[in-house]
Amino acid sequence: MDVTHPDSEFRAFLAEGRFMIQRSRGTGAFVFYPRAVAPGTGARDLEWVEASGRGIVYSTTVVRKRPPEPSYNVALIDLDEGVRMMSRVEGLDPEAVTIGMIVCARIIDQDGEPVVVFDPVEDGQ
Amino acid sequence: MSGFPSGRTAVVGAATFGQGRAPGFEASDLAAIAAGLALEDAGLSLTDVDGLFFCHPTDTMGGLSFAQYLGIRPKVTDNNRTGGSAFQTYVEHAAFLLDAGLIDCALIAYGSNQATATGKLVSTVQPMRYEAPYRPLNPVSSYALATARHMHQYGTTREQLGAVALAAREWAQLNPEAFKRDPLTLDDYLASRRVSDPLTVLDCCLVTDGAAAIVMTRADRARDLKRKPVHVLGAAAETHHREIGWLDDLTVTAAQASGARAYAQAGLGPSDIDVVQVYDAFTINTILFLEDLGFCPKGEGGRFVQDGAIAPGGSLAVNTNGGGLSCCHPGMYGLFTLVEAVRQLRGECGDRQITGAERALAHGNGGVLSSQATVILGL
Repeated sequence: MDVTHPDSEFRAFLAEGRFMIQRSRGTGAFVFYPRAVAPGTGARDLEWVEASGRGIVYSTTVVRKRPPEPSYNVALIDLDEGVRMMSRVEGLDPEAVTIGMIVCARIIDQDGEPVVVFDPVEDGQ
Repeated sequence: MSGFPSGRTAVVGAATFGQGRAPGFEASDLAAIAAGLALEDAGLSLTDVDGLFFCHPTDTMGGLSFAQYLGIRPKVTDNNRTGGSAFQTYVEHAAFLLDAGLIDCALIAYGSNQATATGKLVSTVQPMRYEAPYRPLNPVSSYALATARHMHQYGTTREQLGAVALAAREWAQLNPEAFKRDPLTLDDYLASRRVSDPLTVLDCCLVTDGAAAIVMTRADRARDLKRKPVHVLGAAAETHHREIGWLDDLTVTAAQASGARAYAQAGLGPSDIDVVQVYDAFTINTILFLEDLGFCPKGEGGRFVQDGAIAPGGSLAVNTNGGGLSCCHPGMYGLFTLVEAVRQLRGECGDRQITGAERALAHGNGGVLSSQATVILGL
């Protein structure tokens, strides 16, 4: 699938419940965030492919808020495809998120916008 | 060969003004006062300046505005915005332009009234579209993510990060210009409020006002001026990313590359450097840059600093003005590392003077460990 409008297409896919990332046809390298041109090579041969959604927490932090506002997690996730994205891990205390945790993507509605977040994956799942 | 004109240009004037709180002044007022003081220090005047290198905290065309403010018509106006490393890249570019004869006198200046104007870090940076939904508290969260990786990979501890903050404070106590000079203990550090784990308030740079300026000219002309010239022996820069997620390994910065090229230009290595000034926006910066600039092996930064090695009386003099952590941090700190390096080489540092310092390194950092630039200075 050709890329003609990188950001709006990415968002439209998310709104359909599809987490799509890009891949360069020439090198096979995956790309995130959405672009018109492949980083490193400059090739204009990016296509959309469905992300596996599987990833691993590369690093993690907890943004501390003054109570009662809840503190929250911010993490960098390395997807199985070899690209990294900022996101957050949900479903556990923000400080319980650890580097190396296996996680899986989920699309949520956040203030009317579809956003990719991650859940921890239990062993063997 | 890099072609860098090593030793053929020099810093001949240096000044700071209004570090801490400077109520009643706009950013350009502060920068203009520092510029005037630096020119007086050099025995030069505004009419000598034909190259202007200037970065304003919020005015993206600040170079033009500052030329207008000063009433000068520079041949070269460099308004580059690589963040806090911009000032090191100004030195690099000014050295080439001076050596090539395009300009004869470079003024590099910065000023900010962020603390009295807003009480927080001011910036023109817009949140990145693919980070914004996750609300990182930038820049702190980005540095926190790098810190968490360093702890994970190398076993770096909170106590070791604390040693960086304590060393900065001890140096600040020896510097009358420093903003934070009250005593700081490891217990204070460990008990300080968390901002973005593992970083706390005391891992973060200050939010202050302040201005700095330096003046550069060719070495032959520098000999005839009133101050001891501080020669630019090497200057190099490299950019690896903008947002933290696009740094391949969050424990390795572009300082490895900028440092290696600056050392090669100068014909020197880390063991030849007497005084080190690195951009310590956060405690992890000092650890990362000491590693990446070759003062200790990769991963050993925490253990290197933990027993006071970079505090006054330690084995390596680092951030002798108190750094961004305890001296001042008016939004972009890079120029202050250069001024402190110049003052150490001139022997003007009073209680914090490193006896016989002949060579100094001043390292700038921009963005979130994104843009790195290293300058090596010598008598």
